[in-house]
Amino acid sequence: MSNTLLQVIVSGLLLGAVYALFSSGLTLIWGMMNVVNFAHGEFVMLAMYVAFMVYTSLGLGPAASVPIAAMALAAVGMASYFLLVRHIMKGPMLAQILGTFGLSLFLRYSAFWWFGSDFRTLPDTLVGSPFQFAGLRLDAPRLLAGVVALFVTLGLHLILTRTSLGSRMLAVSEDATAAQLMGIRPERMQAAAWGLAAGATGIAGALIATFFYTSPTVGETLAIVAFVTVSLGGFGSVPGALVAGLLIGLVESVSAYKLGPVYKDVVVYSLFVLVLWCRPQGLMGKM
Amino acid sequence: MQHRFFWIAVGVLALAYPILTMPFPVYQRLGALVLLAAIGASAWNVVGGYAGQVSVGHAIFFGIGAYSAVLGYHYLGLPPILGVPLGMIVCIAIAAVIGVPTLKLSGHYFSMATIAVAELVRVLVPTFDSLGGAQGLSGPTLPRTVLDLSFTSAMPYYYLFLTVLVAILFVTWRIENSRMGFYLRAIKDSERAARSLGVEAGRYKLYAYMLSAAMTAMAGGLYLTMIGFVDPESGFGILISVKMLIMAALGGAGVLFGPLVGALILVPLEEISNSLLGGKGAGITYVVYGAIIIIIARFLPNGLLALLKPTQVKPADAPNGSPVGAGEKHAA
Repeated sequence: MSNTLLQVIVSGLLLGAVYALFSSGLTLIWGMMNVVNFAHGEFVMLAMYVAFMVYTSLGLGPAASVPIAAMALAAVGMASYFLLVRHIMKGPMLAQILGTFGLSLFLRYSAFWWFGSDFRTLPDTLVGSPFQFAGLRLDAPRLLAGVVALFVTLGLHLILTRTSLGSRMLAVSEDATAAQLMGIRPERMQAAAWGLAAGATGIAGALIATFFYTSPTVGETLAIVAFVTVSLGGFGSVPGALVAGLLIGLVESVSAYKLGPVYKDVVVYSLFVLVLWCRPQGLMGKM
Repeated sequence: MQHRFFWIAVGVLALAYPILTMPFPVYQRLGALVLLAAIGASAWNVVGGYAGQVSVGHAIFFGIGAYSAVLGYHYLGLPPILGVPLGMIVCIAIAAVIGVPTLKLSGHYFSMATIAVAELVRVLVPTFDSLGGAQGLSGPTLPRTVLDLSFTSAMPYYYLFLTVLVAILFVTWRIENSRMGFYLRAIKDSERAARSLGVEAGRYKLYAYMLSAAMTAMAGGLYLTMIGFVDPESGFGILISVKMLIMAALGGAGVLFGPLVGALILVPLEEISNSLLGGKGAGITYVVYGAIIIIIARFLPNGLLALLKPTQVKPADAPNGSPVGAGEKHAA
């Protein structure tokens, strides 16, 4: 295997880990509540601006911005749940799309109005400079993002499967009435799920900001990647999102290298269509 | 009697609007744009509203309609309007091909699959130089004959769009009161129940999808005759699909005049941002736009026109936030 191809594969996997991280929030909400959050990309965008503000006002890097963004976004997520999602969940599916899409426009253009339309970037040296390892050139921000993404996705999975909170959340998602009879408050669990999902999204956004431009419309681009990842991995499956994210990152990098950058999106979207037509439950999901 | 006067008044106002606004070309243009948006949203309404199959990928048909109109001009020198029937035929065929695998999915899965197909087309189009690549294609810059429908005033477009909208609403109204209309509503309420009563759900969903595709292609073709330019983003962008959905849902999905009401509210709001405020102001208008959508979704999940309906018997409220079958549940 040529060294260039190896380099392409490694950067693809690192990118894929970040895809997995910012998609796990979407898949969690979908699986728990059967709601598709069309404002998911805007959550990532807000977290990126938080990271930017942490840098401009405090001069600090991801060590500070990741926890701050996680907490800020968890608050945004829970606020969205209590003010909007809780009510539209009971309505027709169209009202859910309408509501979360309205939220996405609201957040996107609030950011536009507040921060302006300029693309902003954090300084390259904030995390560290690129270095050589075993003949591969690695970007420090991307490496950090990839590694943290793996740990957070794993952590999210463990919370859902190994803790009492996770069991209670799953109980509510399976049968809210039965869970209520067992003394679990569905609304509290659903709010917790929104907090958890949005918090993970916050971590993702703060990390992405270290190597990607930040702008009010960045969420639109990222949301579609998240939809592809979630469909491929299976709606509601966090491990599925991890596998799918890595796979998409890999497919994207390799096809950009082999076929040219113009065709990388064509390959990724073809995969999206084929999976939905042939295996709508995704790689690891349940229908 | 009151009803009849109301409709006559609406009809007269719709016909007289461009004459009343003669001194203000901006308002004439606005009227034409509202009608154009209403055509697209009404086309979406056939499958998204009546049949309850929430497509978020109708831009594919809009884009094909617009591209057929411009390609006929570009390669054969035809007036763009002659490309519209061609686009409609192509869209019916494509809807049949996409519809068969996609309509097997339900709820969110169907919506996601429609997004997937539309996005695939959006990224494919720029790779073809014969389709104008990423730059897009322009229609005739100067009118050669009157058939080019290239006017400086928006008035002719207004009447053209009004005629098409009335035709589309008439067809929709006929369907609403036909056997097919009842089948579609039955499918929307519960596909399984409809099937068990002998409704061939798959076939009727496909018919609705194909009809809706043809009408959407018409909207795309008309868009091109008025604007005279299309590129992959303005033809196939996800925002095109979402706007059709939002307008129909805001006014009332599955209600004849729902999409028109939605267009009457949202298009002026959008145009104010473009023409009056511009620059930074555009942000604020879309913040308001988003807020209006959120408020409607929160308080009137069945759209504005639900306000006019006599009070319905509410189905017993599901236990607090029960997600079971939330995707299938549709208010009557």
